[in-house]
Amino acid sequence: MAVAALEQDILSMRKRRQLYSLIGVLLVVAVLVSGYSKSNAMNSGSFVQGLSKFFDYPGEIVIEAWNAGPAFFGLVVHFMPFMLETLNIAAVATLIGGTFAVVLAMASTRNVDSYAPLIPVVRRMMDIMRAFPELIIALFLIFVLGSSPVPAMIAVAFHTSGALGKLFSEVNENIDRKPIEGLSACGASWLQRIRYAVMPQVAPNYLSYFLLRFEINVRASAILGFVGAGGIGAELRRTIGWGQGAGDETAAIFVLLFATIMIIDQASSYLRGKLVGSGRAH
Amino acid sequence: MAIDTLDHGFDRAEVFARIRRRTIFTIAAPVMILAYLVYTWFAFDISGILERAQPERAAILATDSVAYKVHVTKDIRRGGLEVAIEGERTATYDNANAPDWVKIDGDNAVVDLGEGYIVDIAGKTMKFTVPGYGVITATATKKGVETQLPPGDVPDWIKDDPRKFDARPTIDRRVQVTKTKIEVHNYFGGWENFWFAFNSPLHGKSFGDLVSLAMSDQRIDPDRSNLSLIVHEFLSNPDWQHGEVFTALFETVMMAVLGTLTAALVGLPLAFIAARNFTPSFVLRFGVRRLFDFLRGIDMLIWSLIFIRAFGLGPLTGALAIAFTDTGTLGKLFSEALENIDNKQVEGVRATGASQIQRYRYGVIPQILPVFVSQVLYYLESNTRSATVIGALGAGGIGLMLVETMRTSRDWENTSYIIILTILVVIVMDQMSSWLRRKLIEGK
Repeated sequence: MAVAALEQDILSMRKRRQLYSLIGVLLVVAVLVSGYSKSNAMNSGSFVQGLSKFFDYPGEIVIEAWNAGPAFFGLVVHFMPFMLETLNIAAVATLIGGTFAVVLAMASTRNVDSYAPLIPVVRRMMDIMRAFPELIIALFLIFVLGSSPVPAMIAVAFHTSGALGKLFSEVNENIDRKPIEGLSACGASWLQRIRYAVMPQVAPNYLSYFLLRFEINVRASAILGFVGAGGIGAELRRTIGWGQGAGDETAAIFVLLFATIMIIDQASSYLRGKLVGSGRAH
Repeated sequence: MAIDTLDHGFDRAEVFARIRRRTIFTIAAPVMILAYLVYTWFAFDISGILERAQPERAAILATDSVAYKVHVTKDIRRGGLEVAIEGERTATYDNANAPDWVKIDGDNAVVDLGEGYIVDIAGKTMKFTVPGYGVITATATKKGVETQLPPGDVPDWIKDDPRKFDARPTIDRRVQVTKTKIEVHNYFGGWENFWFAFNSPLHGKSFGDLVSLAMSDQRIDPDRSNLSLIVHEFLSNPDWQHGEVFTALFETVMMAVLGTLTAALVGLPLAFIAARNFTPSFVLRFGVRRLFDFLRGIDMLIWSLIFIRAFGLGPLTGALAIAFTDTGTLGKLFSEALENIDNKQVEGVRATGASQIQRYRYGVIPQILPVFVSQVLYYLESNTRSATVIGALGAGGIGLMLVETMRTSRDWENTSYIIILTILVVIVMDQMSSWLRRKLIEGK
């Protein structure tokens, strides 16, 4: 009897499971279908119409770039300083944000003996820092400081400290406490324990996340440049605003941006693989 | 580990050399970072930026976003006196019903700005009593403004220009006189006309009133029920544009949801082709992997610009830009997850005589489902933020609205309203995705 009841139980559980899966799949399909038809209606140009035009613009700039001939490479070189500016924005933002993130992470994990009443406060703070869209801070600072790379840098750094802080504190949660206990047994202060017991354990993971963030921040800085924060984004806005005739310049920027992102992407995934082993590279 | 190091033997010189190398590194790395930061300090011209910064703009923004002003304007050319919120014609008080701090007497008025600050407007002359300073008299003439200030130094809150006289003794009281008009600004805290427009029949009604109105069958507008009137009046409020703001937010969320779902559903099958243990063909694998790299490398910025050209303004554009970029990112993540699965389960399913589809369904999918769900939810959350930025590039939604209200910088309270709503939506998406992640993966 017990076996029959068990079988009944398992069967009903499986039925319920299948029902849930079915509901889930139907929900996703419904969201996709209604979403796409709704957004197609809300869009100023329709999908079918746009599809035929999809290759027009890329085609146009490719042709203009082709017509420019060898001068095209000159253009790529010409835009390199702007790309460097964007990279600087991302690098400084990642450095500053990363530093803050280490402090925040050390203040918000029980595993590294943070001051207990502070933990929930710092965690909520990181949540809020993460939730703030970079765009909003950047636009506000552009209004106060004027158009320059600094607003983008601060905006990206602010978001980075929240995002990295959360990842770092997750790393902290998984460390081995024995070195900490060993150090506190010989009377080490909290800072000494962090420096000699925690940092050596977490450094590879921190660096890996740091590199990943740098990659994300390069993309973010390029986009923020487009809304007025300088760097390659601002140049892109200018050449696109000129419309026809500046297609070769736009193409040069696209190529530069693509190449830079690819190089950073490949380099960072190689380095991260080295740091934490390929299985945990992400 | 310990045995490993012992195997090498214990070489004193090598140990010290290693420690020395380490010491040099711990000093060199921070020095290099510092040097880099100094370089960027000059590259970004930070000292110049700090000099040119306009912190007063931040102060204006801060006050304006939590306060509104009521204008008392006397038109000297045409005569007549008006009391209006933010000086807008649609929000002008009826002179018989003016607020009680304005005493109107025909074309003249006495404005009591509180704490002893009194403005007396009579004909073309304005007398401004400032406690602790004296009485300022300013008269509009044909050529400009004639002013009489109390003796002594002119304080810096007065701008005494023959064309325009401006006095702002405190941040919430201001008087301006030109040859055509006399204008008094009185500032109040709060967001004016937030729920209903000034000229709406529902303006100034309390929440209780509204509930009883919605319940009652006495229609204000005979064509529609009171509830629909309330909703309509709220959404079509011309100052706050609740309807437009909500639509824009909806568009932004839709971009994120559609883009992420599409990317996940397209990325998953492609990931199977890119995974070493599922696709033996090197050419196919290489092709799909480079496709992922390509999609990711082009970046959301470029995809958005291309799609804006092709599809115009709207959520579809943003959704496709997100979908294209993240097909690359998610595809790569999924293929890595697929390469790390445990083959025993697949073999177990195969032993029962399952077909390839069945092996995938029962041997593989259950293993990568947690990665799939958690990554999709994580990207959904981060794409909500990305969607605001893509919107600002020109795809529409809340991002574009934000850029536009900031650029016109007419009313900062509108901007802060949009900012607050955007952050709320991002936080809600964030909480929802982490709740779902906990529910689905950890089963809690």
